[in-house]
Amino acid sequence: MTDFEPKIVAFLCNWCSYRGADLAGTSRIKCAPNVRPIRVMCSGRVEPAFILRAFELGADGVLVLGCHPGDCHYAEGNYKALRRMMLLKKMLPQLGIEEDRFRLDWVSASEGDKFATVVNDITEKVRALGPFKTKEETKVA
Amino acid sequence: MPKLQVALYWAASCGGCEIATLAIGDKILKLAEVADIVFWPVAIDAKYADVEKMTDKSIDVCLFNGAIRNSENEHLAKLLRQKSKIMIAYGSCAVEGCIPGLANFFNASMILDNTYLDTASTDNAGKTIPQTKVSIPEGELDLPEFYNTVKTLAQTVDVDYFIPGCPPEERTTWLALEALISGKLPPKGTVIAHPAQAVCNDCPRVKHEKKIKAFHRPYEIIPEPDKCLLEQGLLCYGVATRGGCGAPCPQANMPCTGCYGPVEGVRDQGSHFLTALASIIDATEPEEIEKILDGIVDPAGTFYRYSLPDAMINRARIKP
Ligand code: FES
Repeated sequence: MTDFEPKIVAFLCNWCSYRGADLAGTSRIKCAPNVRPIRVMCSGRVEPAFILRAFELGADGVLVLGCHPGDCHYAEGNYKALRRMMLLKKMLPQLGIEEDRFRLDWVSASEGDKFATVVNDITEKVRALGPFKTKEETKVA
Repeated sequence: MPKLQVALYWAASCGGCEIATLAIGDKILKLAEVADIVFWPVAIDAKYADVEKMTDKSIDVCLFNGAIRNSENEHLAKLLRQKSKIMIAYGSCAVEGCIPGLANFFNASMILDNTYLDTASTDNAGKTIPQTKVSIPEGELDLPEFYNTVKTLAQTVDVDYFIPGCPPEERTTWLALEALISGKLPPKGTVIAHPAQAVCNDCPRVKHEKKIKAFHRPYEIIPEPDKCLLEQGLLCYGVATRGGCGAPCPQANMPCTGCYGPVEGVRDQGSHFLTALASIIDATEPEEIEKILDGIVDPAGTFYRYSLPDAMINRARIKP
C-alpha cells in the first residue's frame, strides 16, 4: 500500500504540547504532515470517547500529548489522562485496534524536537499497519 | 373505543423479556381489557404468514425484544415495522444489542467453528455445520442466515420508543404500557423509564469521595452493607448507567452491570464507565496504576457487556 497516507488525530494540551508543536514549526523542524491537531485545555479534558470517535470517523491513529507529570497547568489533569489512557490501551486490542495506533506522551513547550520525533514515530508505525477500518462487511442492510 | 392491537416478538434474546412482560402481574388483566394480542410466538399460535396477511399499520403497537443477529430476525423486524403504527424496542437486546451483542468480538465463522467443531464436548465427526439450504428427498429445507455482526433494532428499522433493561423492571414496563393505554405518548425516540439520571440516584448506599486502590470481583469480597459498592472496589456500573430501575442489584449486594444503558446525553456507555473508573483510581505512578488495572480482567467485556453493537466501535476488527 504505497499511496497510503495515515490520518492521525492529535489532541494537544494548550499549555505545553500545543506550544511544543508551535516551537517545532517556528524552529523549522521537519516532521510528518499527517497529524490533525486539536487543541484542548488539558490532556485531562480528553475523554476516551474522543479517541474511539476519532477511529469511528476514520482516523488511522490517535495521539494524545500533555504536559510532563508534575507540570500540568491544572496540577492533576495529566495523571487523570495517564490512568484513562492506560485503561483504554488495555481495552483497545480486544476491539482489534492495534497498540501502535494510539499513543499518550508528554511534550513540553520547549520540546519542539520531541514533538517531531513522536509525530514521525506514530506516523511510520501507523503507515506500516495500514488503514484502519471499523465497519466490517455486514450482511444486515 | 376499539381495542389496541398489540404484537410481541422475540428476536435474538434469552426469553427473559417475555417473562418481564408477565412480571406486571395482575395488571395484565387491565391490559387485556383494552388490548388484543394479535401475535406473540411464545404464547399464542399465530404464524409468520398470518402477520404477512395483515394490512399495513393494522397493529397499533409492537413490543419487539431481541437483537438482530440472523436473517429471520431481520425479516421479522422489517415485517413488523411495516405492519405496526408504533415500534418499540423492548429490553436491552433490542435497544443496544446486550449479551447476544458480545458476539461482535468474533465473526460468524469463528462462532460456528467453536460451537460445532472445536468445543471439547462436541462429537461431530462429519463436521456438520448449519447451512442456509439443504436438499433432502422430500425437498429443500432452509435455515436463517447467521450474520457476522449483531445489530440493534434501531440499526435495522425505524424505532419509535425504547424501553431499557435486561430485562426491563416491572415498573418500567408498566410505565410504558400506561402511556400507551392512555394515549399520552412522549416524543418519538424517548427512552421510557422513571426519571433518574444514574442508577446511583436510585441507590440508597452511602457515597463519599471515591478513591480506589484495588478492584475486586464480587466473589472475592463480602461487601459492607451500606457503603457504595464502587468505593469498595467492586466494578459497579451505576455511575454510568441510566437510572429508573430502582437499583435492585446494589440493594442485593451485587454491583450494577449496566443494563439500563447509557445515561441521558451519552452515546458510548462503555468508554463513559471506563473514564469514570480510571478517574477515581488513587495512583499517579504507571507501575502502581498498572497493578490496580490488573484487577479489571476483561475491560471491553465489562464496559460493553450490554452495548457493544451500539458503541462507537461496534465490533472487534478481525484480521483475515
Ligand atoms: S495543562 Fe497540559 S496536561 Fe494539563
